[in-house]
Amino acid sequence: MGNGTNLGRVRGLGSAKHGTKHWVDQRLTAVGNLLLTSWLVLSLLMLPNFAHETVAAWLAQPSVAVPMVLMLVSIFWHVRLGLQVLIEDYVHDDGNKFAVLTLLNFYVIGAAAFGIFMVAKHAFTGAPA
Amino acid sequence: MAQNPNRPISPHLQIYRWGPHMTVSIFHRATGFVLATAGMLTLLWWIASIAGGQESYAGFQAWVVSAGAEATGLQTAANWFFRLLGLAVIYSFFQHFFSGIRHLLMDMGAGYELTTVRTWSIAVFIAALTATALVAMLVASRFMGI
Repeated sequence: MGNGTNLGRVRGLGSAKHGTKHWVDQRLTAVGNLLLTSWLVLSLLMLPNFAHETVAAWLAQPSVAVPMVLMLVSIFWHVRLGLQVLIEDYVHDDGNKFAVLTLLNFYVIGAAAFGIFMVAKHAFTGAPA
Repeated sequence: MAQNPNRPISPHLQIYRWGPHMTVSIFHRATGFVLATAGMLTLLWWIASIAGGQESYAGFQAWVVSAGAEATGLQTAANWFFRLLGLAVIYSFFQHFFSGIRHLLMDMGAGYELTTVRTWSIAVFIAALTATALVAMLVASRFMGI
């Protein structure tokens, strides 16, 4: 694989002026999570109760649905980066590592898409009875 | 290729005396895993059950919070499983939260003196346990009537 050219020999092996991107993205999403999860916890604790009509009306507001979607993006991106490091540290076999990283990508993208769709559906169509 | 067993290798974990900074470090990783899996899946289940309407929300509550007076044995077991899981997720959240703030501060180059490292590490555990206790008491008294 790739013995011929200089580019072929180094491709996929690391930094091409983006070596710190993973690290920076993890910090960026960490700050996003810090703000958005603080909002979620405070917002939940300020609800009068957890009856369906209360939380359904709460989640349907744009001022709740939008930060909720942003939070899901920020969290699952952070999960993607964090668990990737975890897998790279503990799964040594190349084939297994590839398989587990693929599963991780499917999990974070699938779960985030599911969550965002549910919030959007709820906010756009209103609370069903 | 055979390795020379006497080759110089860098010192690994067991060489160092265990300290609170090591505990906070591995807890950051472990709690991150708990949040990424159990925490996020439960949150998504909750969001989907809200969007699904009254009945699906009642289903979530029956399995996770309380099935009420007519609870089956399975539901009671599930309730206690999810209550304990909820407590673990709340603790994981605050542990990861405060530990994450510590990481961000250290990324700025602050707090590398040995005594500071020790103080901050212990402070993370105290803050996480305090916040967990506060939220657990609040939830138990206000929303679960315990």
